[in-house]
Amino acid sequence: MLTAAIIAILVVMIMAITRAIMGPTLYDRILAVNMFGTKTVLLISVLGFAMGRPEFLDIAIVYALINFISVIAVLRHSDKSIFKTTQADKKSMQRHS
Amino acid sequence: MMDIIMNISSAVFLLIGSFLCVSGGVGILRFPDLFTRMHAAGVTDTLASAMILTGLMLQNPDGLVILKLIIILLMTLFISPTASHALARAAMINGLKPMLDKPADHEGGMSSKT
Amino acid sequence: MRHTVYLSLMLAIFWLLNSGHFSLLMISLGILSIFFVLYIAHRMDVLDHESQPLHLTLKLPAYLVWLIKEIILSNITVVKHIWFDNKAISPAMQVINISQATDVGKVIYANSITLTPGTVSVELEGGKITVHALLSESLKKLEAGEMDRRVTELEK
Repeated sequence: MLTAAIIAILVVMIMAITRAIMGPTLYDRILAVNMFGTKTVLLISVLGFAMGRPEFLDIAIVYALINFISVIAVLRHSDKSIFKTTQADKKSMQRHS
Repeated sequence: MMDIIMNISSAVFLLIGSFLCVSGGVGILRFPDLFTRMHAAGVTDTLASAMILTGLMLQNPDGLVILKLIIILLMTLFISPTASHALARAAMINGLKPMLDKPADHEGGMSSKT
Repeated sequence: MRHTVYLSLMLAIFWLLNSGHFSLLMISLGILSIFFVLYIAHRMDVLDHESQPLHLTLKLPAYLVWLIKEIILSNITVVKHIWFDNKAISPAMQVINISQATDVGKVIYANSITLTPGTVSVELEGGKITVHALLSESLKKLEAGEMDRRVTELEK
């Protein structure tokens, strides 16, 4: 069963990466990367069990915290004007408004 | 006997969790815009994580490991709403308009259901 | 004072859980870091009923059980829409009035809205929450206000 869970999580990670590459806006990419991070936490804990090394859980805890901090940091950064005017964002805004 | 029950329930939890995970992944690919995709990501962040971690808890009835799994679960449940709220708010502030179903009630409104 | 004691207790438990060693060096390092964190927390002035809502302890479990039930139900709805009819979604956005008096109550309400898949709280300002929903039915359910009532009961 652990193998099935690992495969499912890996498939979801591939899907998240696909979304991160497809875009179309910056925020879709951040959402995909955030999802990728939470799946990594799950993958590390399941892998720890599959390999019989529960010490991996400590790494999973640390990774959960780092993932949260990085998402919040990128979002704070995006409030500044640097990211606002990427080409895809402009196109998407025109399409929606 | 107890072992068999534990193993079976752990397998069931892991399978349901994997299915929900894949559903969230499909949702993130199939839904039309950022705000709807966020709901799909919510599925994987809440129930799918909880199911998989509960399945792992049933695998190993060792106190310290279960407590660590509970810490991971609580962290996921505290962090994911904060992150999605920050994401939605930043997207709104920077001018990304959600696609709405209702007929637009303002100038040059959003496209309706596609 | 109550909050200081509670925080140091929590930190001690957290340290012991994560280290698992009981040698003199580890314990003294742990005590040192607990005092360091307490000092920082006092300097930042964050030790109060908001960072440690002790007054909610007794009422929280019942609310959590109800919230978990709600999360499971809305998960089933969203998964159904993902697999079978993802054209039948009706994304909607609306401002919803809230009846909580304290900031803690408001934050709990907004977090509960975001935690149930299908609804995301986008903006919380004063007595109003802007909510984006995947289905307009879930907005109607929020407006009916069962969750609102439960959170308001929680903070009394």
